[in-house]
This record gives sequence, C-alpha cells and structure tokens, in this order.
Amino acid sequence: MTALTGCLLASSLLFAIGLAGALTRRNTILVLVGIELMLNAANINFVAFWRFGPHSSGATGIIFVLFSIGVAAAEAAVGLALILAVYRHTKTTDLSRLTGRPQ
Amino acid sequence: MRLMSAWFLLLAGITVAGACAAMTLRNLVHCALAVAVGFAGIGTLYLYLGAQFLGLAQLLVYVGAIAVLIVFVILLTRGSDPDLPQPAGTLFLGIVVAGGIFSVVAWAALHSFVLREAAQLAAAPTVRQIGTELMDEYVLPLEVIGVMLTAALIGAAIVAMKEKQDSR
Repeated sequence: MTALTGCLLASSLLFAIGLAGALTRRNTILVLVGIELMLNAANINFVAFWRFGPHSSGATGIIFVLFSIGVAAAEAAVGLALILAVYRHTKTTDLSRLTGRPQ
Repeated sequence: MRLMSAWFLLLAGITVAGACAAMTLRNLVHCALAVAVGFAGIGTLYLYLGAQFLGLAQLLVYVGAIAVLIVFVILLTRGSDPDLPQPAGTLFLGIVVAGGIFSVVAWAALHSFVLREAAQLAAAPTVRQIGTELMDEYVLPLEVIGVMLTAALIGAAIVAMKEKQDSR
C-alpha cells in the first residue's frame, strides 16, 4: 500500500467515525464534534494530495487547508454559541428532547 | 512507490483512537479530552506530511482554541441531563450508513487507477513562501475569510448574549 493510499484510508476512516458520531450521539455538542472530525478528514486529503499527487504546485494544498481551518473555526464558534442559546431556552442539549421525538 | 512507514501508522492509529474514544465515551468531558488528542494527532500527521506551518496552525487553532471552547460549552451546559444512548434502531442505522460510506470510499481509494503518485514529493514551502502566496495570489480569499471571521465572531457573541438582554 502506498503512502497516498494510506493517507486516504486513514482520512476516510476518520470521516466515517465522525459521521457515525454525528448520526448516533444525542448530545448536540458531540454532533458538532463529529462534524469537526469530518472536516479534518477532508483536510488530511488536501494535504496528502498536495504532498504525493502528480500535479501539486507551490503551496496550494496547504493554503486551501488554512482557509478550511478558518471556516471550521468560525463554524465551531457560531455552532457552540447556538448550542448555548438553545440551552438557555430549553435547559437541555439532548437532540431527542429538542425535536420532541418520543424517547 | 513510497510505502507507508511505521510512524505514519502510529500517528494515524493515535488519531483514529482519539476520534473513536470521542464518539463512544459516555462522559462528555472525557469526550472533549479525547477529541483534543484526535486533533493533536491530525496536527502531527500534517507535520509528518511535510506541512510544518499547517501542523502548528492545527495545534494552535484546534487543540488550543476549539477543544477549549468545547470544554467550556460542556461545563456551561453541565447538569442538563445524562447523555443517554440512542435507541438501538437509530444506533444501528447510523453505524450502517457510516460503515457503508467508509467501505465505498476505501474501495475507491484502493482500486482507483487515477491515483498515481508523483515521481517526487512536493517541496515543503517555507513560511515566507506561504506568506507571499497569501498576500499575492490568494489575497482576495484572505480578505473574504477575514470579513467572515469577524462576522462570525460578532454573530456568535450576539447569539450567546441575546437571552441576557431579553431578561433585563
């Protein structure tokens, strides 16, 4: 197995773990953590293709990931602020209770 | 063809173990600590791949800021209710969906003939080079992301403060 394939496999495993967490956890904070893990998995792919890919030039992969980290930081800040605001209203962070589904 | 090294396996293993622990542990504070380990593992993966600046940025932003933010929110919303597991049906469905997506992507990564590797590794750019490119070729995205981060900061502060103004 080549180094590029190894990176791709590791990042897809990370993506699957994040997705499983985002789909199965009931706490809103952990759903957000799962989404962050998925974003990070995509970032690893950018760096791996920049490092090992045939058409990489300059610092393209690195700069793309820098912007991606910026977007992820904004997303985490706004998401956690929303969780806090919802918690103030409903006194819960449990997704099943927030959506009113039967438990 | 470059083969995977033992270092890569070790770093990837730590990262995946941290992510797994973050998504499976019941105690929320333990989850936050485990996800910090996972983020740090991703940062070391960047260092392994020759992107030093990115690895340090990942450590600063994710382990230094986002993990701490997550811990803060967990402590601020503590005592709401215990984190119960989902009903078995939802749990099963989520794991099946994630497993299916992983197997499709992994199959594609293992069997794709498009994934040729370069004859030589991309040279690791210096910080000076990254700064020059940011100020030269990517100056518009840089400005846009600056505006977006400012807007997100103000928006997050307003969203988190709103309740206090209403109750006054």
